[in-house]
Amino acid sequence: MTRQPGTSGLIFNEPNVWDKSREGRCAISLPRADVDRAPLDPALTGDTPDLPQLSELDVVRHYTRLSQWNFGVDSGMYPLGSCTMKYNPKTNEVQAARQGFAGAHPLAGEAFSQGALRLMYELEQYLAEITGFAGVTLQPAAGAHGELAGMLIIHAYHAKQGRQRSKIIIPDTAHGTNPASATLCGYKSVNLKSGPKGILEPDAVAALMDEETAGIMITNPNTLGLFEEHIKEICDIVHAKGGLVYGDGANMNAIMGVVKPGDAGIDVLHLNLHKTFSTPHGGGGPGSGPVAVTEALIPFLPIPRVEKQLDSFRFVTDCPDTIGRMHTFYGHFGVMIKAYAYILSMGAQGLLDASRLAVLNANYIKESLKDTLNLPYDRPCMHECVFNDIRQKSYHITTMDMAKRLLDYGFHPPTVYFPLVVEGAFMVEPTETESKDDIDQFINAVKAIAKEAESAPEKLTRAPVLPKVTRLDEVSAARKPCLRG
Amino acid sequence: MKEINDLNLPEDVKYTKDHEWAKPEGDTVTIGINDYAQDQLGEIVFVELPEVGDSFSAEDEFGSVESVKAVSELYMPISGEVVAVNENLEDAPELVNEDCYQGGWIIKVKPSDSAQMDALMDKAAYLEMLKG
Repeated sequence: MTRQPGTSGLIFNEPNVWDKSREGRCAISLPRADVDRAPLDPALTGDTPDLPQLSELDVVRHYTRLSQWNFGVDSGMYPLGSCTMKYNPKTNEVQAARQGFAGAHPLAGEAFSQGALRLMYELEQYLAEITGFAGVTLQPAAGAHGELAGMLIIHAYHAKQGRQRSKIIIPDTAHGTNPASATLCGYKSVNLKSGPKGILEPDAVAALMDEETAGIMITNPNTLGLFEEHIKEICDIVHAKGGLVYGDGANMNAIMGVVKPGDAGIDVLHLNLHKTFSTPHGGGGPGSGPVAVTEALIPFLPIPRVEKQLDSFRFVTDCPDTIGRMHTFYGHFGVMIKAYAYILSMGAQGLLDASRLAVLNANYIKESLKDTLNLPYDRPCMHECVFNDIRQKSYHITTMDMAKRLLDYGFHPPTVYFPLVVEGAFMVEPTETESKDDIDQFINAVKAIAKEAESAPEKLTRAPVLPKVTRLDEVSAARKPCLRG
Repeated sequence: MKEINDLNLPEDVKYTKDHEWAKPEGDTVTIGINDYAQDQLGEIVFVELPEVGDSFSAEDEFGSVESVKAVSELYMPISGEVVAVNENLEDAPELVNEDCYQGGWIIKVKPSDSAQMDALMDKAAYLEMLKG
């Protein structure tokens, strides 16, 4: 019997901070004010915010205890499909905390911000090189915001051509946020079914593509973790009717250094720095969703743009066709530093190796578990693989039960019930940062759980039993949400 | 989840391929999702309803149902104008699970072409489709 990482241990209860608050309790002693009190105009003031009054130790214990209830990539494997929960190297944090960066002020002016501007300029260049595009903006706040920026660029492009279009094609293997981004631009989403192999078929695209259609949004690798093999052909079909191809690059972690989406004919692509480029996410920090475009679309990029003139860098806002600003100031600068540090510390070969290992790890899991869990699309996958619960159905065990049981074994559950094209989906993305030992431990846990499903199904339907909080009543939480403490 | 033979599929309603049901009552048609759909979705936590007065064509999306697993779109079995929506579902979406053909109805429409009802499936044809 291999020892699994999950075990029980002493965990502390902890009330809300407001319940710990005591009148007059404080963590610091402020020096006595040596100026007279000057009341503000009452029109400018409101009720005092209800801040808890706590000592330093109260606060430290509070957050230390809450952190013990948590599960993060620093505590265990986090194979959440579609999310690329790779390890975030600590050097990224060290670089972002450097005084010159941490103390930089967005209004300091170009002359005092040359280092920050250079970092942004170079990061744009690196991302352009990795993706095969001519121009990049770092402004969007995260992936779906990048999608929106990209779709606004496509919208602006069609407006500039003198004729706006009304529809956009979105495959059933695209990311769930794609239709929302298209709708915000006023486009009607037209659903495109993937073919029997789980990927898009050019004939199906040709049947839908017309001159009322602004373009297509393609996620590649798609949300089944499969590589879209006909990208070039699909791009040609869409371009022939005057449309543009939006590439959702959220799954770029599978193809860095292997495929450049720009070379394949994609026109606009967003990246998730907080996935592919190892910056924290999932509650650990803001995202960042840069958008890369072809030469023809550069005039539409958000402003300000960073440009290099001789040896200095400056912001440029004089871009008449720009879609405007997507974010206050310049985007999430702290995230950019971490991604820049990651790219430089990995190097070109390192990024290529990361993608290869991400794909190898996912295929290893797929092959190791396909006799345990049903595998609807049995073909080589990219960075993630999608199983489902058909074999467990006769024991009345669902994907949700298996996912919850994985918590008891010490693993974060995979993504469940997504993508929608697979009923009862169980979607595993190990990423490149897990060792073979840890992946084997995960595989053994899933196999053990599948055995329990047959022999002791109540262990699954009651799971999880070890975490501080056990099976949540998601139905009541959704039907009667309590949104205040 | 239910076996196909355990599904409650009344004879007096028509079915769509997307698992809605439609039942003519006077000059309106009542529409909901059937037992198979509610069973597959699991516990429903939210129903997004259209507005009274909205018009849709057959197969248009007219709303959505959200369960703890997923959000599913609702598609019009026939073309028509919405004349009533089941406002009880706003506070009690579970009615769709508990009583999908009566208390859990979703909308009533005034059909623009009542002949479209003939194109929908009866129980036997729908069961045939489910069995694939």
